[in-house]
Amino acid sequence: MQLTLWTYEGPPHIGAMRIATSLQNVHYVLHSPQGDTYADLLFTMIERREARPPVTYTTFQARDLGADTAALFKNSVRDAYTRFKPDLMVVGASCTAELIQDDPGGLAHALALPIPVVPLELPAYQKKENWGASESFYQIVRACARPAAAARPARPPASTEGRRPLCNILGPTALGFRHRDDLREIKALLGTLGIAIGVVAPLGAAPADLARLGEADFNVVLYPEIAHLTAQWLQRQFGQPATTTVPIGVGATRRFIAEVAALSGLAPDAPSVTAALAGSTLRLPWYSRSVDSTYLTDKRVFIFGDATHALAAARIARDELGLAVVGLGTYSREFARDFRAAAETYGVKPLITDDYLEVEREIAAAEPALVLGTQMERHIAKRLGIPCAVISAPIHVQDFPAHHAPYMGFEGANAIFDAWIQPLMMGLEEHLLTMFREDFEFHTAAPPSHLGRHVPQASPPAANTDPTRWADEALRELAKIPFFVRGKARRNTEKFAAERGISPITLETLYDAKAHFSH
Amino acid sequence: MNHSPAPPPIGLAPDALPVLRERGQREVFCGLTSIVWLHRKIQDAFFLVVGSRTCAHLLQSAAGVMIFAEPRFATAIIEERDLAGLADANDELDRIVTRLLERRRDIRLLFLVGSCPSEVIKLDLGRAAARLSARFAPEVSVLHYSGSGIETTFTEGEDAALAALVPVLPREADDAAPSLMVVGALSEIVEDQLARLFAEIGIAPVHFMPARRAREMPPLGSKTRFILAQPFLAETARGLMARGAQPIAAPFPLGAEGTSLWLGAAAAAFGIAPAALSARLGASEARARAAMAPHRAILAGKHVFFFPDSQLEVPLARFLARELGMELIEVATPYLHRQHLAAELALLPPDVMLVEGQDVERQLDRCRAAKPDLVVCGLGLANPLEAEQLTTKWSIELLFTPIQGYDQAGDLAELFARPLRRRARLRI
Ligand code: SF4
Repeated sequence: MQLTLWTYEGPPHIGAMRIATSLQNVHYVLHSPQGDTYADLLFTMIERREARPPVTYTTFQARDLGADTAALFKNSVRDAYTRFKPDLMVVGASCTAELIQDDPGGLAHALALPIPVVPLELPAYQKKENWGASESFYQIVRACARPAAAARPARPPASTEGRRPLCNILGPTALGFRHRDDLREIKALLGTLGIAIGVVAPLGAAPADLARLGEADFNVVLYPEIAHLTAQWLQRQFGQPATTTVPIGVGATRRFIAEVAALSGLAPDAPSVTAALAGSTLRLPWYSRSVDSTYLTDKRVFIFGDATHALAAARIARDELGLAVVGLGTYSREFARDFRAAAETYGVKPLITDDYLEVEREIAAAEPALVLGTQMERHIAKRLGIPCAVISAPIHVQDFPAHHAPYMGFEGANAIFDAWIQPLMMGLEEHLLTMFREDFEFHTAAPPSHLGRHVPQASPPAANTDPTRWADEALRELAKIPFFVRGKARRNTEKFAAERGISPITLETLYDAKAHFSH
Repeated sequence: MNHSPAPPPIGLAPDALPVLRERGQREVFCGLTSIVWLHRKIQDAFFLVVGSRTCAHLLQSAAGVMIFAEPRFATAIIEERDLAGLADANDELDRIVTRLLERRRDIRLLFLVGSCPSEVIKLDLGRAAARLSARFAPEVSVLHYSGSGIETTFTEGEDAALAALVPVLPREADDAAPSLMVVGALSEIVEDQLARLFAEIGIAPVHFMPARRAREMPPLGSKTRFILAQPFLAETARGLMARGAQPIAAPFPLGAEGTSLWLGAAAAAFGIAPAALSARLGASEARARAAMAPHRAILAGKHVFFFPDSQLEVPLARFLARELGMELIEVATPYLHRQHLAAELALLPPDVMLVEGQDVERQLDRCRAAKPDLVVCGLGLANPLEAEQLTTKWSIELLFTPIQGYDQAGDLAELFARPLRRRARLRI
C-alpha cells in the first residue's frame, strides 16, 4: 500500500478515457462501479468540454456481484452500440472490475458487433494514467492503421519527388496540459516549413483517419508519454521515422525544425527552413538578455513534472533564462532511465517518485526561489511561500486558459517567459527589500507587491531557539536577510560555525560564513 | 439489471405517489465523496480511504479546487503486491497509519474508509480498526465504515460515517432530562442559528451530531430525542434507535415552511404548544419569506427537472414547488427512503413524477424532450446540458453551502434563481 494525499496521475482507465474522448466516433464501455463516473467531470468541468466523454459505465452494485455482472456488461455494450453507433468500440475494466475478472474483451467479442472492438487490459494496481493513455492509443492504432495504398518510393527526400512532405502529429489528447494550443503552434510551424499534415491523433481523429496513418513520410511525436509507443510501432510497421525532439523552449524548437527539415528532405538553408527558424515573433532571447533580467541569474529553481515537461523546463531554466536548477524530478517512472541521464547534466540528483510527501520534503530542503511544477507543487509552494508556475499535468481548470497559451514553439517560449517570471520578485524590488529590512511595511515575509494574494505561511521566524549558539546581534542581522534566502544563510552559518567549533555565532561569524560560501 | 427497452416498472409509494424505478447506468458519485465536507466538519478527524488509485483520484477531483489547507484525508492505495499476497495488508495498513499519525499529531479520530476494491477483496477494516484503536488509545480512536461505490451513493457516505460514530457516543443516564439531538453535518453558521432558535422556543439541552471535535460527540440514551437535519441518514437513524433514542419525524429544514415544520415537530415532541411556537417564530419566518420574494419572482411558473444525486431532491422539490411556485417535471433521487421522506412526500403535488435510481441516457432523453427551464444535476452533466442550451444548477454546491434554516431560505432560493438570472443577463 502507498499512502497518498494527492496523486500525480489517475488510474490507467482515465488514460484510456482521454484517448477515447480525443477520438471521433469511438465509444468506450467501462466495467466499473457508479462512483467511477466522477471521471466525466474532469472533461466537462476541468477542460470545460461541451460534450460528455463517450463513455458508458456499467455501474454495477454490490447486489450485482452475486448475480451476473457479465450479463450486465454485455447489455451495456449492446445498448451503447445501439444508441451511439460508433465506428469502433473500446472495452475494459476499472480497478474494481479487474478484481471480479469478467473478461470484458471476451464478452464484447461474443456479441459479434459489426464494428471493431478493441479490448484494453490496463492493470489498475500496477499502472497509471499516462501508461493507460499510451497503451490505449497504441492498441487502437494497431487495430486501425493500414499501410499506404501505394508503396512509397524510397524515402527521403519527399520534397524532390515534386510533392510536399507529409507527416502525422501524434500525442495531443483531451485533458492534456496545453495540448490544444501546442497543436495550433506546431501546425503553423509545419505550415511555414511547407510540410503537409496527414493525420493528427488522437485529438480529433476518427478510426477512418487512423487507417491513413501509414501514408505519411514521418511522425511528429509531441508527447512521448502518450505517443512514443505508437510511433515505435508505426516505425516498425510502416518504416515511418519519428521526431525525438520535443519543441519546448527556443533551443529545442530550433532543433525540432532542423530535425523535421531533415526528415522531410529539406535543405538546412532552404528558404522555408530559414523562415521557420527566424521566428519573427520570438521575444524570449531578447527579453532574457535585457538588463532587467539580470536579477534572474542563478535564481534557484526546483522543477517537477512529467518527464517531458520537466526536462524541457530544466533546459529552458538553465540555458535560456540563466536560472540555477537545484532540484529536478518526475513522476513518470516509465521514463526514469532517460531522465536520470539528463538530470546528471544539471549536477542534481534526480527525484523519481510519485510520493507527494517526498516531493514536499525535497522542495523544502532545496529552498528554491521558484518552483516549476504541477498543481501539486503549487500547493506545496503556496504553503512554503515560494513563487510557483505550473508546467505540467496534473492540471486544473486554470490550466485551460481562454487565450492561446502554448508551451511549444516560439510563441510557447514567449508564454513561458511571462508565466515563469511573473511570480518572481522584480530585481529592484528585491534590492529595496534587502536594503531596508527594518521598514515596518516590509514585514519579514514581504511578498512581491504585484502578487497581492500571495501570502507565505511557513517562513520560519528567526527566533533564537538556542541562545548559546547565536549572539543576539547576529540573530538580528540574520532577520534582515530576505526570507527567501534566510533559511539557507542560517544553515550555512551554523554549518560553518560547527565545523570550526565556534560558539556563539557572532556578527563576525555570520560575515565570515557569507564570504566562505560565496565562492 | 433491467436494460431491456420494455416499459419500466411503475411502483406506488405508500402515499400513492407513482414512482418510476430505473436500473441502468447511474451518473452519481460514490460515498467517498462525502469526505470532502466531513473532513472539514470534524476538526480533529482524519479519513483514510483504503482503496485504489481511482478512489484517490476521485477525492482529489471532487475536492481539488475547494481545498486550500492540507486535507485531512488520504488514500492508502492498494497495489499489486498487496493483491498478490506479497505484503500483508494489515501490516501495510499499520505502517501507513503509524506514519500518518506521526505526521498529524492533532488527529484524535481516524476513520478507515472502505472502498469497492477493499470490499471485493474482503479486507476486514473492522478488525483493523479495533487493532489500531487498541494500539493508539487513548490519544486516537479508530473507526471504520464503507464509502464504496458498490454500496453507497454520494451522501450515503456521510450516513455511513455517522452510523459508525453512533456505537461510540457516550452513554446518557436513563434518568437524564430529555435532550434533543440534531443529526447531520451542518455548517457552523446553521448550527449556531438553530441552537438559538431552540433556546428561544425552550428546548434544551440540544446537541449536534456530529460535533465539531471528536471528544465532544453528544451523549445518547433512552431520553434522547433525535431529529434528522438531512434526508439521507437512514443507517444513522437505525443505529440511534437501536440505542434507544426516539426519532422525531418531520420534513427537512429547507425553506421557511420546511424550517417551521421541522422546528414544530421538535417542539411538539418536547410538549411545547403550537401557539407559543408561532408567536416565537413568526418574525423569523416572515423574514425568510421576504428574503425569498425576489427569487420567487424569477422562479415562479418555471419548470425544474432533477437528476438523482444527493437525496436532497425530494425536500428541494417540495421547497421549490410550494415556496417558490416552480413546476416539477421530474424529481429523481438515487434512493427514495419512504419512511424518512413520508412528511415530504405528503407535501408534493399529487401529479409529480418521482424516479428512484437512474438510467442516465434515458433520463437525458426525457430531459431534452421536456426542455425544462432549470435542470438540477451533477458536475459531469452540467456543462454538456448548458451546451445544449439548457440552464443548470450543479447540485454538489447544495452540500457545501449553508442552506438550512430560516436565514438561509433566501440564499437557497438564490442558488436556483442565479443560473436563470445569469442566462437572462449575458449578452454574448
Ligand atoms: S466507486 Fe469504488 S472504486 Fe470508484 S472511487 Fe468510489 S470507492 Fe473507489
